[in-house]
Amino acid sequence: MDALVLARLQFAANISFHILFPTITIALGWVLLFFKLRFNAGGNAKWMDAYRFWVKVFALSFALGVVSGITMSFQFGTNWPGFMQTVGNIAGPLLAYEILTAFFFEAIFLGIMLFGFRRVPNWLHTLATLVVTVGTSVSAFWIIALNSWMQTPAGFEMRDGVAHATDWWAIIFNPSMPYRLTHMLLASGLTVAFLVAGLSAYRWLRGDRGADVSAALRTGVTMAALLIPVQILAGDLHGLNTLEHQPAKIAAMEANWRTGPNVPLVLFALPDEQARDNRFEIAVPDGASLILRHDADGVVPGLDRFEGRHPPVAPVFFAFRVMVGVGLLMLAVSWTAAWQLWRRPGGLSPWVARALAAMVFSGWVATLAGWYVTEIGRQPWLVTGVLTTAQAASAVPAPSIGLTLGLYLLLYAGLLAAYVGVLFRLARKGADAGRPAAALPVPPAAALRT
Amino acid sequence: MNTLMIETAAGAGHWLPVAFAVLMGIAILAYVVLDGYDLGVGILMAGASEAERDRMVASIGPFWDANETWLVLAVGLLLVAFPAANGVILGALYLPVAVMLIALILRGVAFEFRAKAGPAAKPWWNRAFVGGSLTAALSQGYMLGAYILGFAPGLGTALFGALVAVCLTAAYALIGATWLILKTEGPLQRRAIDWARRTLWLAALGMVAVSAVTPLVSGRILAKWFALPELFLLAPIPAVAVLLFAGLWLLLRRMPLAGDGLNWLPFAVVAAIFALGFHGLAYSFYPFVVPERMTVWQAASAPESLMIIFVGALVVLPMVIGNSLLVYRVFRGKATELTYS
Repeated sequence: MDALVLARLQFAANISFHILFPTITIALGWVLLFFKLRFNAGGNAKWMDAYRFWVKVFALSFALGVVSGITMSFQFGTNWPGFMQTVGNIAGPLLAYEILTAFFFEAIFLGIMLFGFRRVPNWLHTLATLVVTVGTSVSAFWIIALNSWMQTPAGFEMRDGVAHATDWWAIIFNPSMPYRLTHMLLASGLTVAFLVAGLSAYRWLRGDRGADVSAALRTGVTMAALLIPVQILAGDLHGLNTLEHQPAKIAAMEANWRTGPNVPLVLFALPDEQARDNRFEIAVPDGASLILRHDADGVVPGLDRFEGRHPPVAPVFFAFRVMVGVGLLMLAVSWTAAWQLWRRPGGLSPWVARALAAMVFSGWVATLAGWYVTEIGRQPWLVTGVLTTAQAASAVPAPSIGLTLGLYLLLYAGLLAAYVGVLFRLARKGADAGRPAAALPVPPAAALRT
Repeated sequence: MNTLMIETAAGAGHWLPVAFAVLMGIAILAYVVLDGYDLGVGILMAGASEAERDRMVASIGPFWDANETWLVLAVGLLLVAFPAANGVILGALYLPVAVMLIALILRGVAFEFRAKAGPAAKPWWNRAFVGGSLTAALSQGYMLGAYILGFAPGLGTALFGALVAVCLTAAYALIGATWLILKTEGPLQRRAIDWARRTLWLAALGMVAVSAVTPLVSGRILAKWFALPELFLLAPIPAVAVLLFAGLWLLLRRMPLAGDGLNWLPFAVVAAIFALGFHGLAYSFYPFVVPERMTVWQAASAPESLMIIFVGALVVLPMVIGNSLLVYRVFRGKATELTYS
């Protein structure tokens, strides 16, 4: 394989692995803050038990996110030197501000958040939780701002082949940024909602029915049920924004080969790049025109407008369907679970608990699929209209990239297995580890210092 | 028009690349000292018992994440302030960088996994922790050696890189041992003193080797050090380093002192040695960011972009330092068992 393909595979592998963990820590921080504030407010030990359990998951996810993130920052230099050389004047400050305004504060206060509960006053421990949580979200803000700028660049001019900033406000709040940020933060919220609900349902199914498990289960299910409709709405708005600014991506998502009115909504098909048509197509007549233009006669741009300059159709098409499919499943399961928890006399039924436990990592599937839509959908551009992926690649020989790609893949597979294994191990262990503390309700004031 | 551009380059924006070189230097030095002791503790865990390992991990647990962030800042500054150099340096060091990253990943996650993965898996995560720390240190040393030789291809670079790799690893083990002298007590502290005595020599050899080779490979650097009056102005740097090494050796022979006195001093001395060595290297290579090939001005981003980062850095770095001191204060004293409650 040639170096460019290998470099792209390596970047895809690294970012796919990396994104799993910030997706968890961004929203899990807020959930932990919620647990901590509930504990502070009422002194009920179940909230602190829930905090203690989930802060371990947070610590593990944070560590994996940090170390895989370091890989990303080096890879800009090793695999894509053309990226910083061409748009470094814009990407640089955004990345620098991520490190300065988020990364450091998270890393510093994480120690207090994890290990400081008995060493610092309660308010400082709560503050540390807040700082780390805000840090993860601010981190997401800068990274999404940069990613969105690469999708829909604005606020710059080219001088001698190098981008120079002319309007930082326009760069940061570029046309797709608010939609992408909202969509991503909600994706993180849903990932964590299903993680918390799913792992708690797993504990509940194994007979671990302490007050902290129920509290976390209710929190996760409620969060999932509330966020999923908002996410569907946000996704739709994001799609309309993409239609306006990156029509080739939408055409690939819909596998729509021909521009025109009355474009059908393709439910399933095998897109065929050679024939530039779909095989085995199942479609709703006028569906795409209705969704994208709110009019059956609305003209929707097709791939024929972008021949030679559009992304590979099949991966974008299928990834989009995976994302939407998981989203609809999330809607059905979370609403059923929420209804049962709040209204059904017996509470959660074992079948719904099993469904939640089975969907513990469903957020990951949807998030990854969504990222493939947005990142593969940007091809062949790295920065739309400014720099192609091929132009940014380095001259590192293919065997070096291939060798390191193999090592990364091995490492990531091992770590992913270990991560999932440890989460379930913590869930099984939770029963005996968490209980003695719960039996001993400590009023917050007494826990200030030892 | 042309005159105007030259004036801008020589005037308003001229100092910015230098300021960023200084910032990057601070970040690298902070990283080498702070993550240096983390990595050193990880390396020394190879020769420790299981109970000692838990205590050693506990001594760095609350700090390592923030310590490692200095590497992110250093490479981030290289990336954003000197994008042209970033591509050259990281391209030339492609494989050692990849090895270091994989090692840092293993080391970082082993922290978490060894405590959570259960007794059966713990020995494996211990190995990952030691192996990751060792490999990260070795690869960083190799990269330093290759950088000093300007990435010249060939056997000489590989051998010198290997020598610096071993010596930097020893230096990390040394600063790790002095950290443990500060943070532990009893038998483990005595072992740490012993470790420090044994790694001191290799670390000193590394500094001598780097100091000897650096001027040999570059006439420019030779001239910078051995011209008059620079020779006399610079002579204190190696002289103080030698004195510090000798003093540390004498001190370690007498430790532990009564009442655990001066337990902080070895760490401070080694940190000072690191700072001196780093200062010497920085003096040698400035104003080049890629040795003999690219100066800080040739590699720098546009002034307006640098300015935005610089303002942010000026506001944030004091806060970072203040917050770090707070964390070190919260977790001051001897390391105790780490718990989440």
